Amino acid sequence: MWEYSEKVKDYFFNPKNSGVLEDADGVGDVGAISCGDALRLMIKVEPVSQVITEAKFQTFGCGSAIASSSALTELIIGKTIEQAMQISNQDIADFLGGLPPEKMHCSVMGYEALQAAVANYRGVEWVDDHEEGALICKCFGVDEGMIERTIRANTLTAVEEITNFTKAGGSCATCVEGIEAVLERVNAQMVEEGILIAHEAFVPGAVPVFAKPKKVVVKPPESTAPLTTLQKIKLIEETIADIRPSLQRDGGDCELIDVEGNRVIVKLTGACVGCHLSGATIEGVQARLVEAVGVPLLVIPAAPVH
Amino acid sequence: MANDPVYVDNNATTRCDPRVVEAMMPYFCEQFGNASSMHAFGSEVGGALATARKQLQELLGAEFDHEIVYTSGGTEADNMAILSALETQKGRDEIITSAVEHPAVLSLVAHLEKTGQAKVHIIPVDAKGRLDMEAYRKALGPRTAIVSIMWANNETGTIFPVAKLAEMAHEAGALFHTDAVQAVGKIPMDLKATEIDMLSLSGHKLHGPKGVGALYVRKGVRLRPLVRGGHQERGRRAGTENAPGIIGLGRAAQLAGEYMAEEQTRVAALRDRLEEWLLGAISHSFATGDVESRLPNTANVAFEYIEGEAILLLMNREGIAASSGSACTSGSLEPSHVLRAMNVPYTAAHGAIRFSFSRENTEADVDRVLEVMPQIIARLREMSPFWREREKEGAFNPTYA
Repeated sequence: MWEYSEKVKDYFFNPKNSGVLEDADGVGDVGAISCGDALRLMIKVEPVSQVITEAKFQTFGCGSAIASSSALTELIIGKTIEQAMQISNQDIADFLGGLPPEKMHCSVMGYEALQAAVANYRGVEWVDDHEEGALICKCFGVDEGMIERTIRANTLTAVEEITNFTKAGGSCATCVEGIEAVLERVNAQMVEEGILIAHEAFVPGAVPVFAKPKKVVVKPPESTAPLTTLQKIKLIEETIADIRPSLQRDGGDCELIDVEGNRVIVKLTGACVGCHLSGATIEGVQARLVEAVGVPLLVIPAAPVH
Repeated sequence: MANDPVYVDNNATTRCDPRVVEAMMPYFCEQFGNASSMHAFGSEVGGALATARKQLQELLGAEFDHEIVYTSGGTEADNMAILSALETQKGRDEIITSAVEHPAVLSLVAHLEKTGQAKVHIIPVDAKGRLDMEAYRKALGPRTAIVSIMWANNETGTIFPVAKLAEMAHEAGALFHTDAVQAVGKIPMDLKATEIDMLSLSGHKLHGPKGVGALYVRKGVRLRPLVRGGHQERGRRAGTENAPGIIGLGRAAQLAGEYMAEEQTRVAALRDRLEEWLLGAISHSFATGDVESRLPNTANVAFEYIEGEAILLLMNREGIAASSGSACTSGSLEPSHVLRAMNVPYTAAHGAIRFSFSRENTEADVDRVLEVMPQIIARLREMSPFWREREKEGAFNPTYA
């Protein structure tokens, strides 16, 4: 059984805006090939202000597909077309308190339905250019399509390179064999297409895989001139600002809430919520802060709000 | 008013019968000896294991009790049978299996093919899930090491003509193995009257404990162990015997024999009543599989235009447990390979729900399912774009990504 957030369950059991919108101004019909789900989004737009006044959906799909569809309508009603087009699939997932990595494509389907409905409203044809495949890395939600595109775009020939580019395999590493299979297949195709030299292509088993040595965290020496509280908070703020983009790439985020002595209280949001790696994320944030500030700090996650 | 939960997912697993647990209990704290030991602690366990082996032999209709090799479950038994045949069948490196096997067989043969250890023939099935006999006949040849075809399918309950298939395999000099995990305990068997060489079974599918199963190996069939080590199981499966599990499986087999007639009559009647009512009360629904030849406990009903996970979530809210062939209920998002092999259209395959009964189900369970299903189906269809547009060909034709 999938672990759905309470909000996903609520939006599945009591979906809002389900049904048919007669005389819709824009209709978007999209589907997700990975699981066969499909969604029709219908919108009504006020012509002068360009505000979406009504939105309804019909969905053929699982619990999270129905919840994502309903969340999408809630998110776009009252927004102008321009504002609505800023909504990402991550916003839909966030609105629902997160989705299991295997189910993120449900939020992508919602995002695409909106693009398609707006295109239909504007009288243009919407072309989808996004492909996906089987989920390879469950920790970071990386699918086969993304790995293949990254290999081709950057002429990658080693698993570690794929991990560096996509994060796939960078956590529990149980998917390394899966990554190797994709790499072997794509490299072989690239050799055939003449865009990769044969001897550079990945050969499985050619390089033995050893476990990486555990990182030893060396506590930095005590600073001679202790920072003022203001300096310390500023440094913490700057460091967290540096970390955020990498968390955002994984669909998560981190926000500084408060600093009490050596206790740094942060809030993890987005995909970090409920992620079984959030403990590791907190540790990572803590290591970065200790390094930057030069004093021992304890990073504490604020209680998540569902 | 809260209703009692209804469990109709017995092909997934069954409740361990309390009488089975009772039989097992002394072998944890009291009779804890190792059956291989010389002292009295061990010998009493040895006697109980011998009895359990006889009980299972009886259920299978095997000629000898030493034809049973205990394993950790059905998957290990399947792996042992196929890998052993590749070693013992000199000069033969082909495997024949069906498109609707359990992953315990299909994943293994895919790996063997990928790594160049075997050539694999996957025999297709027709729309009712029946094996393509002509394709099977053609695939058999002088290089066939083993045929592995299930006795009954886990999703649809469709029964395969294993006795006949085994004879055909022997004519080609091949071994015949059957994954009978779903069949053992549900339909009567008399293995000594067949040419079946090997058969896999699992304890937890017949109200026995999890973590124990067995491979039946007909006397005279050569077997290479999968797990090497001690002399247990006459050297065919090393490792200290799972005494409580084996004893529990023995008691479960004995009980399954006692309830065999009931399984064919009362349990089958529950299944039939559920299926007839559902098909009558809910339009655009149909039974999948070969309804003429299937397990007495299984019904697989496809509800068109809606998706299985959503159905299961709503059923679960009503306290009813079943399972689905939908993509979204498997960890991989892959739709059921069984229904795909049968060419069930995907808007129906996604909405296929498997109801699997056991001797523990009652008429009240059927009543409860029938009470809630029509509303659940209607509610999801109301939400489905395919349902609304079903009369208009191609009216809902989404862009797939």
